[in-house]
Amino acid sequence: MTQSRLVDVNDLSVSFRVGNRTVEAVRGVSFHIEKGETVALVGESGSGKSVTALSLLQLLPYPRAFHPTGSIRIDGEEMIGARERTLRSIRGNRVGMIFQEPMTSLNPLHTVEKQIAETLFVHRGMSRTQARARVIELLGLVGIPDAERRLGFYPHQLSGGQRQRVMIAMALANEPDLLIADEPTTAVDVTIQAQILTLLKDLQTRLGMALLIITHELAIVQKLAERIYVMHRGKFVEEGATREIFAHPQHEYTRMLIASEPKPRRDAPPAGTPVILEVKDLKVHFPVRGGFFGRTRDYIRAVDGISLTLHEGHTLGIVGESGSGKTTLGLAILRLIRSDGSIKFRGTELQGLTFNQLRPLRKDIQIVFQDPYGSLSPRMSVGEIIAEGLVVHQPRITYDERRERVAAALIEVGLEPEMMDRYPHEFSGGQRQRISIARALVLKPRLIVLDEPTSALDRTVQVQILDLLRGLRERYNLTYLFISHDLKVVRSIADRVVVMRNGKIVEEGLCEQVLNHPQTPYAAALVKASFDLVADNSGVVGI
Amino acid sequence: MSIAPRTADAPQGPTAAPYRAEDRFLGLRIRPMTRRRIDTFRRHRRGYWSLWIFVGLFAISLFGEVLCNDRPLIVKFDGEYYFPVLVDYPETRFGGFFETATNYRDPYVRDLVKEHGWALWPLIRFSYRTINYDLKVPAPSPPSPDNWLGTDDQAKDVVANIVYGFRISVAFGFTLTILSSIIGVLVGAGSGYFGGWFDLLLQRFMEIWGSVPTLFLLIILASLITPGFWTIMALLMLFAWMGLVDLVRAEFYRARGHDYVRAARALGVADWTLIVRHVLPNAMISTVTMLPFILAGSVTTLTSLDFLGFGLPPGSPSLGNLLNQGKSQLSSPWLGISAFVILFVMLTLLVFIGEAVRDAFDPRKTQS
Repeated sequence: MTQSRLVDVNDLSVSFRVGNRTVEAVRGVSFHIEKGETVALVGESGSGKSVTALSLLQLLPYPRAFHPTGSIRIDGEEMIGARERTLRSIRGNRVGMIFQEPMTSLNPLHTVEKQIAETLFVHRGMSRTQARARVIELLGLVGIPDAERRLGFYPHQLSGGQRQRVMIAMALANEPDLLIADEPTTAVDVTIQAQILTLLKDLQTRLGMALLIITHELAIVQKLAERIYVMHRGKFVEEGATREIFAHPQHEYTRMLIASEPKPRRDAPPAGTPVILEVKDLKVHFPVRGGFFGRTRDYIRAVDGISLTLHEGHTLGIVGESGSGKTTLGLAILRLIRSDGSIKFRGTELQGLTFNQLRPLRKDIQIVFQDPYGSLSPRMSVGEIIAEGLVVHQPRITYDERRERVAAALIEVGLEPEMMDRYPHEFSGGQRQRISIARALVLKPRLIVLDEPTSALDRTVQVQILDLLRGLRERYNLTYLFISHDLKVVRSIADRVVVMRNGKIVEEGLCEQVLNHPQTPYAAALVKASFDLVADNSGVVGI
Repeated sequence: MSIAPRTADAPQGPTAAPYRAEDRFLGLRIRPMTRRRIDTFRRHRRGYWSLWIFVGLFAISLFGEVLCNDRPLIVKFDGEYYFPVLVDYPETRFGGFFETATNYRDPYVRDLVKEHGWALWPLIRFSYRTINYDLKVPAPSPPSPDNWLGTDDQAKDVVANIVYGFRISVAFGFTLTILSSIIGVLVGAGSGYFGGWFDLLLQRFMEIWGSVPTLFLLIILASLITPGFWTIMALLMLFAWMGLVDLVRAEFYRARGHDYVRAARALGVADWTLIVRHVLPNAMISTVTMLPFILAGSVTTLTSLDFLGFGLPPGSPSLGNLLNQGKSQLSSPWLGISAFVILFVMLTLLVFIGEAVRDAFDPRKTQS
């Protein structure tokens, strides 16, 4: 029986040497993949799922990484300790792999043809014309239209989704028995994600290969995989048939994972509150310069005539895919970048105010950024970071008073006051995001712009942060401008939603209404891709 | 409401947090990050030892006057103490004929001192400008018990030359490095933070200025003005400031886009505070990493100018000059070899220190 197994991993451990210490990333996992089967490794960041996948092809940074125990057999052949030649004959040949980041996984200096043909030369010894025919065939297979014309394209000339497709074509070039997809859709937009997943499923049935998916997104697993392994802290906590696990999760951790889907918002926002923010015909145009004298030839219209009204205590969700201009809109409202049009905050026009005139208003409008690693200065203690705004706006208060206010803000966001003398790098992503929120909160603002505050976090942490934000909104009657690409998250916190595309508003309305009954084809495609992972074929969304 | 994974005994009300135990280095409060950097630097054995050796050598050379001098440290004459290293005494004080400063190497004076008391001499009884008139062979003379590394073609002691030459090289290098770094960081900061026309013009100017053949220009200028420590410094500064500008400028460009800089701006923090608190520390890391290498470069530049004869005024202690003599006096290998060894040791130490500093500031090596 073992003979028929394509992949057979037994008691595999992976450790890393870091300085003088040894970090155990994977601790004794065993799994197998049958021919033609789709298996998923699910887990949150740091669970060791990617490391497990990389060790299949022995792609870890050896000898810094090593396997204290275990064996990996691919088609009966032992991979651990195998010679480089044996490994090379497996990599890209019997087993293909696609990675998370399509931009960095393709060589920017090679054309599409060269990227894909390389593996054909190496493993098949094909001639140039043979390879070219095969590349065109592969590009057609992965759904890149007009394949012949795109042979000479460089990666930067392709869209994110197309790059991902080229990667898949590379992995498929030698008709592998197994395709490993390591977070294949994390870096692409939801509409593209749906397309890629559909493509993967389709290719798998057509080519009869096995598929190993590594992901943190349960929805993907549920849609694609036949069997799943749930990974937590380097170990499998649960394994079994997908349907079985989703219906009757046994392990506590699995139950928590499944439960941590953001729930739709139930409470209604306060009615009849005054308008806090009114944006009229806001435009942010970046000039495109060209010609000999560098004259402005055209503009990139990042935000192109947006008008919004936001009532106190309400939350407006701004959704859109990357490049839609939603983040730029947030920055423009805070006057962090130059813009045209009117921004009225509680009746005061913000445009045209000088830096000093604007300063007293700054404490009322705050921002929380997406990246919990980039938004906190690594050189300042948590206390200093949170107190920075206090120093600007209330320079009179004493040192002790300031520490007390910081302590209060930390408690507010569910951290401990003792943490103020520690540094950002000592905290997890979720904790850092709480610190960012505390920094905004300490000034007692009226309006907070939340720019993808949960996008870089695991689902379980996302749910906690959303809970926190909802609680704070209730307690302080805060108003949020919630920017996100994730409709599920927006649905759980916003009462109104604006769908943006190419700097313009495509659709706007009550959250329930837009998400349940989208009126425009683009919004419909977005909703379908987000909630059902179904790709849109109407042509509203590009490839 | 479910916030907070909080422990049961955590304080519930707003209380001032207790201070954490402070970490101190050389008496200064340091951040954990700094502590890790110091530890990484220490773990880099080669660089760590190089630093101590270099500091030791420089400390020794700072006491050059006490170590190599042509006058005694202490003289006891007729029951009174004299300190010739610190004070010039006329020869008449010791019973000589002249009102001028005493030449203690003069056999006549030496005998007088010996008769009336004693003298404590430095380890090496020559200063860099002392001409040894007692040579048995024509200068340059080979190593001897008197002149440990021999003398140069003007009968000056090589050891003394090296001690003083090392000191002036390092002092010159340090001054040049620090001054040019300050200017470079300021210019780069302004260029990177404000951008626009200032940045554009500065970039074009630097491209033109940077393509001027430095050494030729220095040679021409050096022949127009009287060379001296500060004039040569000024000449070299004309070009040395450019080294760091691009680096700092790039760091500032990068930092401007950081979310924490944006967050600070959203808090209403003023430009100047923003630069000093958030952006400059980033730029300083790459600057500090470069410093030992810039220092090594500065030393080399001074040495090459001296070697070509356009450096410090004649009669100054100089490693470049010693090298030049080694080249012209091939039959006296002790000149070239000594100069080579000391330059080799100095530059190697600096590069090792630079490597260790670079490792210490490398986030990949300190983060985990």
